Amino acid sequence: MEREAPVLELRGITKRFPGIVANDHIDLDLRRGEVHALLGENGAGKSTLMNVLYGLYKPDEGEILLGGVPIVLKSAKDAIERGIGMVHQHFMLIPVMTVAENIVLANEPTHAGIMLDYRAADQRVRELAAQFKFEIDPEALIEDITVGQQQRVEILKALYRKADILILDEPTAVLTPQEALELFEILRRLKAEGMSIIFITHKLNEVLEIADRISVLRRGKKVDTVPREGATEAGLAQLMVGREVVFRVEKPPTHPGEPLLRVEDLHVFDDRGIEKVRGLSFEVRAGEIVGIAGVDNNGQSELIDALTGLRHAASGRIVMGGKEYDHATPRTMIDEAGLGHIPEDRHLRGLVLDFNLAENLALHDYRHEPDSRLGWLFPRRLLTRAARLLPEFDVRGGGPSTPASALSGGNQQKVVLAREIDRDPRVLIAAQPTRGLDVGAIEFVHRRLIEERDEGRGVLLVSLELEEIFSLADRILVMFEGQIVGEYPPDVSEDTLGLAMTGAAPEVTAA
Amino acid sequence: MSEQATLPPAAPLEPDAGKRRFDPQGLIVSLITTIVAFLIAGLVVLATGHNPINTYRAIFNGTGLAWLIPGVGNRSNEAANLQQTLLDTTPLILCGLAVAFAFRCGMFNIGGQGQYFAGSYAAVIIGSSWASIPGPAHIFLCVACAALAGAVWGGIAGFLKATTGAHEVISTIMLNWIALWVGEYFFGLQGPFVSSGGFNPISNDIFGNVHLPVFWGSAVLQGLDIGFFIAIGALFVFWALLNRTTLGFEVRAVGYNPEAARYGGINVKRNYLLALAISGSFAGLAGATDVLGWEFHIATSDILVSNVGFLGIAVALLGRNSPIGVFFAALLFGALTVGTSSRQLDPSVFDPQLAGNLTLIIQGLVVLFVGADLLVLSVWKRIRRAR
Repeated sequence: MEREAPVLELRGITKRFPGIVANDHIDLDLRRGEVHALLGENGAGKSTLMNVLYGLYKPDEGEILLGGVPIVLKSAKDAIERGIGMVHQHFMLIPVMTVAENIVLANEPTHAGIMLDYRAADQRVRELAAQFKFEIDPEALIEDITVGQQQRVEILKALYRKADILILDEPTAVLTPQEALELFEILRRLKAEGMSIIFITHKLNEVLEIADRISVLRRGKKVDTVPREGATEAGLAQLMVGREVVFRVEKPPTHPGEPLLRVEDLHVFDDRGIEKVRGLSFEVRAGEIVGIAGVDNNGQSELIDALTGLRHAASGRIVMGGKEYDHATPRTMIDEAGLGHIPEDRHLRGLVLDFNLAENLALHDYRHEPDSRLGWLFPRRLLTRAARLLPEFDVRGGGPSTPASALSGGNQQKVVLAREIDRDPRVLIAAQPTRGLDVGAIEFVHRRLIEERDEGRGVLLVSLELEEIFSLADRILVMFEGQIVGEYPPDVSEDTLGLAMTGAAPEVTAA
Repeated sequence: MSEQATLPPAAPLEPDAGKRRFDPQGLIVSLITTIVAFLIAGLVVLATGHNPINTYRAIFNGTGLAWLIPGVGNRSNEAANLQQTLLDTTPLILCGLAVAFAFRCGMFNIGGQGQYFAGSYAAVIIGSSWASIPGPAHIFLCVACAALAGAVWGGIAGFLKATTGAHEVISTIMLNWIALWVGEYFFGLQGPFVSSGGFNPISNDIFGNVHLPVFWGSAVLQGLDIGFFIAIGALFVFWALLNRTTLGFEVRAVGYNPEAARYGGINVKRNYLLALAISGSFAGLAGATDVLGWEFHIATSDILVSNVGFLGIAVALLGRNSPIGVFFAALLFGALTVGTSSRQLDPSVFDPQLAGNLTLIIQGLVVLFVGADLLVLSVWKRIRRAR
């Protein structure tokens, strides 16, 4: 095997933050024309390492070698000038400007040094897009194009600045599966042109699909670097988590009891007045997990909002425990109907990030004894509850008075889970409960949801991940354009379900 | 910033995680802000051909703060000056709290001035009516009604926000003007509450037994009245309301993340209304302490130049919405106002007329820098890194 000198080498990179070593003597090398995946759980130190490489953090120890020469990066500008480009998870684009303008920004072709030369900018972007076979309209506004296209703009921006090393931070997190496949195509072409790519992710299947070599980080240390040949999901997961991981949690058969939640002919409109839930009926019984599968934006969010009182249904009935809840407030649904709700966006809804964990765990119960009496709050009781719940739900990274913002995504989700489950809800709605979590945390969440089912609660699982639906649901409902278009047992084939989700199921039964 | 620490012990990788909770950076920003503001104002003094160090010393001497250091200066002079400073500090504390409380609910209350007016009108009208009520009860009635009037004035903005979504910045500014002109009407010539006889555009004096008792210094020479304790008490109430009541829990949740609060079962609109009403009651109290403490009447000419409600914004910003911060920020601005007043400042050192503007310059710079706290922090970090 030929041994070309690596284009980039990290030697003994160490980065400490108060109370933690985020990167502990990490060695990494990147060869020309390879996709090098950086795999690790949330909080393993991947982003920190890449921020060091991109000049955003100064390492406490260690050195960076570019083409064999040690370099010091003082800022992202330094990194860009040395040919290192980075595509962040959250795009840094200006929505009201065109694709071409965004790409040339900060390095614009000009007339006489002052006037932006639009035509030259356009031309350069077209050339670049043609060279790498990107399908993109340079004159389109950023706000008008899809997320996948925006990501391509970010990549083009790096190419425009003559990057030959590209860092992608969790690039597929925001993409649909189809867009992810297109991204992989692009990466293969870039690779063929001699680009070297670092691909940060915690998704195992992607790593096996696109990477040439895989480096695994765990708790700030590099565990190993392995070639893709011979790597397996199970093996990588074990490296990542440090123990064997169960992908599909064991699930005893269920014996559903009486219906706990009944929805009849529900109609819900979204903020723009579009009918997103169009005559929906189903029920969730005690001791079963009902999975709602569907492509995003087919009315799932509006359905959940209506069930939880966050949005009023236009018509239809929501019945829990024999009582009808019509135009109920969130408080009524939480306190009276006994509904638990793991929201799909834990930053938007699930947590008050500036509150500490004790306060977040009390977000529903602060108004009841023992947390408060006659409007007087007892903060110490909040702390006591947190001290009990945090270990029970394996929340790591902070104590009762740590602000929620300081926790990793997985641990934040465990806090939400702890709060909703500890209130002993009759029905638990879990919306995308494992979005953005790593394998270890996913396993934990799945285990707890099944436990809740076995204790006789009704669980309504709404997920875009078919894998999740398959591993948890006892019954699968497929939602398409605001209606249930089919009900399937959990052993249905993925193809059948996938077809139903596009609305093309042969047995379309408008419920 | 996709990932943060999961490892015990807790370690925020995000540099400003929990910033608003434990606020060492806030203290640094406030201190640097104040120092830089004084430095720049010093340059202005220099530009006018005066000695900034002498000027600042003269201003400081006028504040009476030297009284706090035993054995310095003329004790009785210093005491009288400090009484003036604390008298000015009292409404600043209350107006600062009025802005800070709304901030904690995620709202910018520009309406402190109008709420202050509402409180002072209520105090002066009730304090000059019904002579038969015994003094303490009358005082209590005045104070309570002033707080209520402020609450109503703030509550209107809250009500509009809750029901129509009208932005509180716009509605409170408009309510300020309404309050101002209502006062001009109330106490103007031919107004319903103009002084008996009606020869001057001024209200009746409140009855002597409604004056807040002076506990330090001479009542004749405008000593310090117990309104100061009302302000200090309000600081504790502010803290307890926010941190020890379910209402405060809701207010803070709404302030940090209204959507999460709604999800948690909190009525967000109700909190907007309540928070602005409570804000208004703090400013209304400020009106009461001024009227009952040392003004005793309201002249329409005073209404036009009053700006204590607006200074409350600077106080809340510099104090970073915490009770302790508000206290010291109010003390700073109160001391500046007194120290640069023509009564206190030796004209041979620095013209008091100019000095009054100096106060305004310092206040303006403080607001500017506090608004740019990120800038101040980054400069601070760079200095530290350089060392």
